[in-house]
Amino acid sequence: MSTNENTTPRSRGKAPAGERVADWADGRLGIYSLAKANMRKIFPDHWSFMLGEICLYSFIIIILTGVYLTLFFHPSMNEVEYHGSYVPLQGQLMSEAFSSTLHISFDVRGGLLIRQIHHWAAVIFLAGMFVHMMRVFFTGAFRKPREINWLFGFLLFVLGMFTGFTGYSLPDDLLSGTGVRFTQGAILSVPIVGTYISMFLFGGEFPGHDFVARFYSIHILLLPGIMLGLVVGHLILVFYHKHTQFAGPGRTNKNVVGMPLLPVYMAKAGGFFFLVFGAIAALAGIASINPIWAMGPYRPDQVSTGAQPDWYMGFAEGLIRAMPGWEINFWGHTLVLGVFIPLVLFGLFLGLIALYPFIESWVTGDKREHHILDRPRNAPTRTALGVAWVTGYMIMLIGGGNDIVATHFHLSINAVTWFVRIGFFVGPVLAFVVTKRICMGLQRRDKDKILHGRETGTIKRLPHGEFIEVHEPLSQEALHTLTAHEQYKPAEIGPTVDENGVERKVKGSEKLRAKLSEAYYGEESQIPKPTVEEYKEITSGHGHH
Amino acid sequence: MKKLSARRRHPLAALVVLLLALVCTGGLYTLFAPAGKVKADETAQSLAIDEGKKLYAVGCASCHGTGGQGSSDGPSLVGVGAAAVDFQVGTGRMPAATSQGAQVPKKKVVYTQAQIDQLAAYISSLGAGPAVPTKNEYGPEGADIAKGGELFRTNCAQCHNFTGAGGALTKGKFAPSLEGVDPKHIYEAMQTGPQNMPSFPDTTMSEQNKKDIIAYLNAVNGDETESPGGLELGGLGPVSEGLFGWIFGLGGLIAVAVWVAARTAKAKKS
Repeated sequence: MSTNENTTPRSRGKAPAGERVADWADGRLGIYSLAKANMRKIFPDHWSFMLGEICLYSFIIIILTGVYLTLFFHPSMNEVEYHGSYVPLQGQLMSEAFSSTLHISFDVRGGLLIRQIHHWAAVIFLAGMFVHMMRVFFTGAFRKPREINWLFGFLLFVLGMFTGFTGYSLPDDLLSGTGVRFTQGAILSVPIVGTYISMFLFGGEFPGHDFVARFYSIHILLLPGIMLGLVVGHLILVFYHKHTQFAGPGRTNKNVVGMPLLPVYMAKAGGFFFLVFGAIAALAGIASINPIWAMGPYRPDQVSTGAQPDWYMGFAEGLIRAMPGWEINFWGHTLVLGVFIPLVLFGLFLGLIALYPFIESWVTGDKREHHILDRPRNAPTRTALGVAWVTGYMIMLIGGGNDIVATHFHLSINAVTWFVRIGFFVGPVLAFVVTKRICMGLQRRDKDKILHGRETGTIKRLPHGEFIEVHEPLSQEALHTLTAHEQYKPAEIGPTVDENGVERKVKGSEKLRAKLSEAYYGEESQIPKPTVEEYKEITSGHGHH
Repeated sequence: MKKLSARRRHPLAALVVLLLALVCTGGLYTLFAPAGKVKADETAQSLAIDEGKKLYAVGCASCHGTGGQGSSDGPSLVGVGAAAVDFQVGTGRMPAATSQGAQVPKKKVVYTQAQIDQLAAYISSLGAGPAVPTKNEYGPEGADIAKGGELFRTNCAQCHNFTGAGGALTKGKFAPSLEGVDPKHIYEAMQTGPQNMPSFPDTTMSEQNKKDIIAYLNAVNGDETESPGGLELGGLGPVSEGLFGWIFGLGGLIAVAVWVAARTAKAKKS
């Protein structure tokens, strides 16, 4: 195509500069076909589809500010005497890491602002990923073909947690040092290999002289490198799968209704990037985060109350704080269950959400692709499971801050801890039941609306004195939107006797699947959509509403 | 009225009703909430007793015994010293309410400083104990702030937090915030160890060390302390930072996202 146009010039004059540059690049990179295929790619419009963008942009902000911080940070645990401009630490002995962080905060131009942007962006990055994941979960966007992208996202969240952890441990202040000690304790609690891993990671006994330098290369190179790769893969898959959309008139499983990437979304996304950057910079200009000068340098013999990790590690902190201090001693070995069980639970609880798409597709046995999103109410069991998971997570966050909760609400810390212990088991069950009921109620309301129309609030008095409220029938579009979802039937085990009368063995997994399917899609778990006949019957004119 | 009823199905109607209800409940609560605790016995003050013993007999003896020997309701005060009296009465912790919770909280001081001094004189006459410190002892002159910080982190931060924001202890007890506490009272607390606090007599923590700690607290948590990074968010660390980040950071960005998504190109429908 392009060669054709080149050999038959439209005019004698030179082509405009832009065209020549594009031509030059196309001849070497072949970008024309790539751009043609993707520039006009359609994306649907919904505010919740921008949550992932918040994450992407805060990730970029973190990388940009992080590069600036590396210019001044010394990842060394050599002991130095402080003689910078922060008076209350004058003459104190501290690691070079801590003293260079003080230097960044007080003596480098813009250093404190950049540090705070970096840290606030990290807090928002993780929070954004959490909410983004919940959006994908509750709308069923993780279904085929997007399971792998769901795992990419999950990995990004987990790696983000650990990148955050290694990052806030770098200044070697008293708060983060306590956190590193906490982590070392968790590592030590692993049977058999724990002590070896700890010695290997810290290059000897805690704290040693190595961990800051090691965390540094993990924090600025290893983890962000993997994350960057995953982010790129995540985005490529979004392009490849095309974006999901909510049901609506004209929207099918085979199309995407929305606007083109260029120019609409390029402009929107570009603008949104600056809005995100601006909001985070404003936050960093207004509010202090991790004031390491107030915490002082880390010394293993010192500890402060109110020592919590950043919010994304609060779940792990909560598990440890809520767990009774059980331990088993045998043959001179100690198994510290009080720490090891929380460590295992931490992995299992997070793993649950990673595996969920595979569990659901096994229960439904659905092998088709899904590009239309579910409304959460139309998948009550999934929604209820998700809310139960979030409830468990949130209760453990309360557990992680049990001392702050106790002092600020004038409660006993013991009572808060017991609330968390019981709540971790009871809360998710309650949340499950309540959420499912709410979803069912909303489904009933939808059905009501479809069959009887919208309540107008207009009261009419009939000639014989009866009062009725006038209902307005829904528009065709609204009717479509409310009935677009499909409803599964519970999977049955199938005939157990073949045509020759031979009984086959029913596997345990089949029975389990049938039971789960019944729980997901049985009569108790969904309200049947109104059928066309029902609708005609009721709207045919006779009888009032 | 017609206007109101026409709008009662507006999408924001529920929000408005909710706000109104909140304002009403809050207003009614402030109107009818019980006023602060009953003021100290007028008669006790109007008697104008300039002698600690008489004050003691009225205000303290019912719990601490007529001669300061203590009872089932309060400990013996023999040998606690003037510093303990000055701290407990001077911060309003004493006299305590008849039924306090896990710990006697700081509250409004009911005695004048002159009366407190009289009480202190009476109590110290029962047995020798630490005296009320002088300004020389707790003043900022000649104090080493950095050393005080190190001492604070080693001895105090376990309960009082990095900069004295306070923290939780078991079963509803707590280490109070040290913000805005009179240096004299901090000194006396270290000296006498009130309630759940261990005492740090001069033999374990020298006068100079106490001075250093007070100077450090004044530098990091005093009236004139500047927060270089902006709002301190209570100085409570990651819990308040996380809440702030979620609510104002992510919350604000989601609001922006909703705003951006609502303002879309008008090419959709003709």
